[in-house]
Amino acid sequence: MADKLTVGTSPHIHGRELTSKVMWSVFLVLAPAGLAGVWIFGIPALKVILVSTLTCVVTEALIQKLTRKKIIIGDGSAALTGLLLAYNLSSSVPLWMPIIGGVFAMAICKHAFGGLGANIFNPALAARAFLLASWPKHMTEFINPALVHNGWVKLFSADTVTSATPLVMLKEGKVQSLAGLGLSYWDLFLGKRGGCIGEVCILALLIGAAYLLWKKYIWWQTPTGFILALGGLSWIFGQNGFFKGDFLFSILSGGLILGSFFMATDYVTSPLTRRGQLLFGISCGAIAFVIRRFGGYPEGVSYSILIMNAAVPLIDRYVRQKRYGVK
Amino acid sequence: MKSLIKEFTKGIAIENPTFGLVLGLCPTLAVSTSLINAIGMGVAATFVLLGSNIIISAVRRLIPAQIRIPCFIVIIATFVTINELMMKAFFPALNQALGIFVPLIVVNCIVLGRAEAFACKRPVLDSIFDALGMGVGFTLALCIIAAVREVLGAGTFLGFGLVKGFEPITVFILAPGALLTMGILIGIVNYWHIKLKTSKEITKAGCDGCK
Repeated sequence: MADKLTVGTSPHIHGRELTSKVMWSVFLVLAPAGLAGVWIFGIPALKVILVSTLTCVVTEALIQKLTRKKIIIGDGSAALTGLLLAYNLSSSVPLWMPIIGGVFAMAICKHAFGGLGANIFNPALAARAFLLASWPKHMTEFINPALVHNGWVKLFSADTVTSATPLVMLKEGKVQSLAGLGLSYWDLFLGKRGGCIGEVCILALLIGAAYLLWKKYIWWQTPTGFILALGGLSWIFGQNGFFKGDFLFSILSGGLILGSFFMATDYVTSPLTRRGQLLFGISCGAIAFVIRRFGGYPEGVSYSILIMNAAVPLIDRYVRQKRYGVK
Repeated sequence: MKSLIKEFTKGIAIENPTFGLVLGLCPTLAVSTSLINAIGMGVAATFVLLGSNIIISAVRRLIPAQIRIPCFIVIIATFVTINELMMKAFFPALNQALGIFVPLIVVNCIVLGRAEAFACKRPVLDSIFDALGMGVGFTLALCIIAAVREVLGAGTFLGFGLVKGFEPITVFILAPGALLTMGILIGIVNYWHIKLKTSKEITKAGCDGCK
């Protein structure tokens, strides 16, 4: 009788979700955006993605070997960080940049804090910030697909034209509206603009995000709060006066969709409760708006997420659920 | 003599003001952008430390305990003023580079900390060796941080270019690089300390067992 009963501690009921399953799911649903990036920017984008992902996985394996921990690169968290880092880079960066970024993300941002689940900041975004502060020239040089792209031919061609992103042009005051860029909302939605590899094709990102929302891997609170806050504030405090801002342009032109659905929802670096996540998203949106509108950088999504990462413990404490019966 | 050497070496190794006691971080982080600045700052702080330690230790019986901090500050400020005037006269470029951090030595935690923790309780000779040890330890730590930051962040060493075609990691010259370098170096030093301690304990236990 005794050996038929297993005595264990709680929790006794658990979903069959494993870290590795969630991580690889996110990895896979991000693939369309990467393919779109390769389609738009050509083979260099593919190289950046491969180098970045490989570097992160190898670095994690090395660190876990050196610190005599169990090597758990199979769970996909390192590969996902590498993929997200590549999506945050321009396709024209020299290939040593994703290598340095990947090592920084894994060694300093993740394992120096104690590995998976213990890092305060999103490793991919922290590595992006590191690279942007170190080599701003490489990080802000983007290939403009709208000028050179005509299908398969360009995929294997080396000659490219670099240009600024729509947000940079807006910041520098070169253009006032979408029409001045010669782009339509549809172009922005499909990704025919200069930008980072993974952020340009909104369509592909939304397909992936929809799957994650459907499988309940992420909750709607963070992205919704983020998008509505940034879009709403951009609309209210428009460049040409109150309530004259371009809501759609502000959403489609930067890294907002990638950031809000895939980076701000990172389990480790976002609040635990839904209310906390909503607060997190709205705060991210507000900070990103302030950086875009008043700061020195044209895009503030990555910095806003990093800043709010630091505030996550505070948010968790603030929105903690009250126990039943406690006044 | 042995105790004097101990007072000197403790400031360099175990009680290193930067890596061990984690004191005086403000100038450490701010001026460690280049090696020459670090040497200048280290020497200046050592001078002030030495002067203040000697005087405070000499007059320690005259200072009433209730107002010791203002007394320390007056003594320290005197030496900082001497230091600043000398620097302005003989090393104007260095003075320019260090800027506000030269007069700020007045409120440097290391100087005040040694006055409070050591000089006001111990004889002059001990205090001299303590000040020298702490000053050298601070200078060494500052130089290590500055060397890492200058080589990585600017691609130079003492102002000389190192490798052609190397694109410097600019972030190491900026503020985040200071904190990053500092954190990693403290981590390495702590790892080393722990390793040293455990190996010592093991040998001790072995010798005790033989008796």
